[in-house]
Amino acid sequence: MRRYAYAVPYWLWIALFVIAPIILIVYYSFFDIEGRFSLVNYETFFTPVYLRMTVNSFWYAFLITACSLLIAYPTAYLLTKTKHKQLWLLLIILPTWVNLLLKAYAFLGLFGTYGAVNALLEAIGIGTKQLLFTDFSFVFVSVYIFIPFMILPIFNALEKLNHSLIDAARDLGASEWTTFRRVIFPLTLDGVKAGCQAVFIPSLSLFMLTRLIAGNRVITLGTAVEQHFLVTQNWGMGATIAVFLMIAMAGIMAITGNKKWGVRQ
Amino acid sequence: MDDRVIIRFNHVTKQYDDDLPVLDDVSFDIERGKFYTLLGPSGCGKTTILRLIAGFIEPTKGDIYFHGQRINHVPSNKRRVNTVFQDYALFPHLNVFENVAFGLRIKKIPKADIERKVKEALRFVNLEGYEQRAIHEMSGGQRQRVAIARAIVNEPDVLLLDEPLSALDLKLRTEMQYELRELQRRLGITFIFVTHDQEEALAMSDEIFVLNKGKIEQRGTPKDIYDEPVNRFVADFIGESNIIVGTMIDDFVVEFANQQFTCVDYGFSKNEQVDIVIRPEDLELTTAELGKLRVRVDSVLFRGVHYELCCYDAYGNEWLVHSTKKAEIGEEIGLHFEPEAIHVMKRSGGE
Repeated sequence: MRRYAYAVPYWLWIALFVIAPIILIVYYSFFDIEGRFSLVNYETFFTPVYLRMTVNSFWYAFLITACSLLIAYPTAYLLTKTKHKQLWLLLIILPTWVNLLLKAYAFLGLFGTYGAVNALLEAIGIGTKQLLFTDFSFVFVSVYIFIPFMILPIFNALEKLNHSLIDAARDLGASEWTTFRRVIFPLTLDGVKAGCQAVFIPSLSLFMLTRLIAGNRVITLGTAVEQHFLVTQNWGMGATIAVFLMIAMAGIMAITGNKKWGVRQ
Repeated sequence: MDDRVIIRFNHVTKQYDDDLPVLDDVSFDIERGKFYTLLGPSGCGKTTILRLIAGFIEPTKGDIYFHGQRINHVPSNKRRVNTVFQDYALFPHLNVFENVAFGLRIKKIPKADIERKVKEALRFVNLEGYEQRAIHEMSGGQRQRVAIARAIVNEPDVLLLDEPLSALDLKLRTEMQYELRELQRRLGITFIFVTHDQEEALAMSDEIFVLNKGKIEQRGTPKDIYDEPVNRFVADFIGESNIIVGTMIDDFVVEFANQQFTCVDYGFSKNEQVDIVIRPEDLELTTAELGKLRVRVDSVLFRGVHYELCCYDAYGNEWLVHSTKKAEIGEEIGLHFEPEAIHVMKRSGGE
């Protein structure tokens, strides 16, 4: 019985901070702005405005994930080959300890009209450009923020990879590229999936960056949730969008779920 | 260059950073169609030789020739050599068929041919019907056969085996020794087998290289190496031995344990200090009066096929005897041996 006693705090936590909020969100989603029980929020969600917003969210989340992966995989691969792995890894993890807002404000300074980047562009003769409040800067900053979460699982997967498998592939006639394509990548796919989950799911509901960096030019589901709860006070609609976000996340988890290769010996 | 030579090492040295060289100025030839064994303790450089031949590492100094061509910088995927790895290194994400087909698929061989060759290779190692199995469903011995099939299906000129039997239990290991030897005869290709197990080496090889500290101590047939070890290290490594210091009085006369004995060795300088080896199974138990040596039994161990007796003579030399006869502890007995049983070796520096 002692064993169950130790689990009590855990279950309390889960009940209070996971299960109860989900039930509350689902409950709120069935009330319209007047506080009457109705399904009007769900009808509204399937109007073009919200559907476009959904597509937008997925598109940006996809862009951010794809860019992160493209940068993170080679980085992680090079990391496993360097001498002072742990030091480099620490340098990559370090920015995640800084608050997201602080990083966003830092980019406001860097990308601003009189910021460092524009000063550099001016100096090399390209001239001042509008950097802030563009799609580009939104994706760029998001990728910057999420990249450590992509690098870590891939790095771990590469580290775990048995090096004699690479020797074996080379021994059987595979070129470096074929070895990567047929052995290294398939065997680190679990790390890639974990990284994609860690980036795609949070970027689906990003809201702070959309305002600070993208200047509300990018409106995602996350922004809409924030607006409904804090500005229009339409909690029902905000909760409904949150329900759909949760369904989407569950779906992504299911798709990228880990399939184990059995016992490695 | 001799037509039968397939691999030639010419003064090859391999050194990492400023450490002592793992392989120190080694030269040898490997002939086609033979079963070679590289034998030595861990860290002697035997696996380094294998990795140099496979192309996973490059020599620091010296040249490696394959069919007369220098291959120092040829990458491993361009060499007609395949390896059976110590941990088998089977691809866990592919099934048995795909593991064996890996090399063939890279060569872009027609599908029907791949099917046929893979089936044939699996039949060769007695694994018909296991094509669709996942690697983690196979036992240690089966994995090993898959690894062998994956290597031989590419029809290499040389097959490298890096301690492939060390992970198997004793019974399976003995069985696989027979099978590997048989496989080599049937395929007729050169096998280079690495092991630290002297029994394995003696049982399987046409020729053994005994390595120590990055150098080849001795090369020869199993019989040569067992019967005529060139120095104390080889004698000690290749089997349990009595090794004592003696003096070569004259040709065919050697002195040890304060007595002179006739032997079959000659060509040493007079009164040269030498190492004497007498194998435990060459010593025979008799009564104290009849024996050439008089010793006292210190301990007796039953080993199944024979008793192992540890005895000491009057001068403190230890004598290990393998005998089917039993003796009592503390008993004084005699040891008899033939002149051929005495192996005289030059003293190697410092050893």
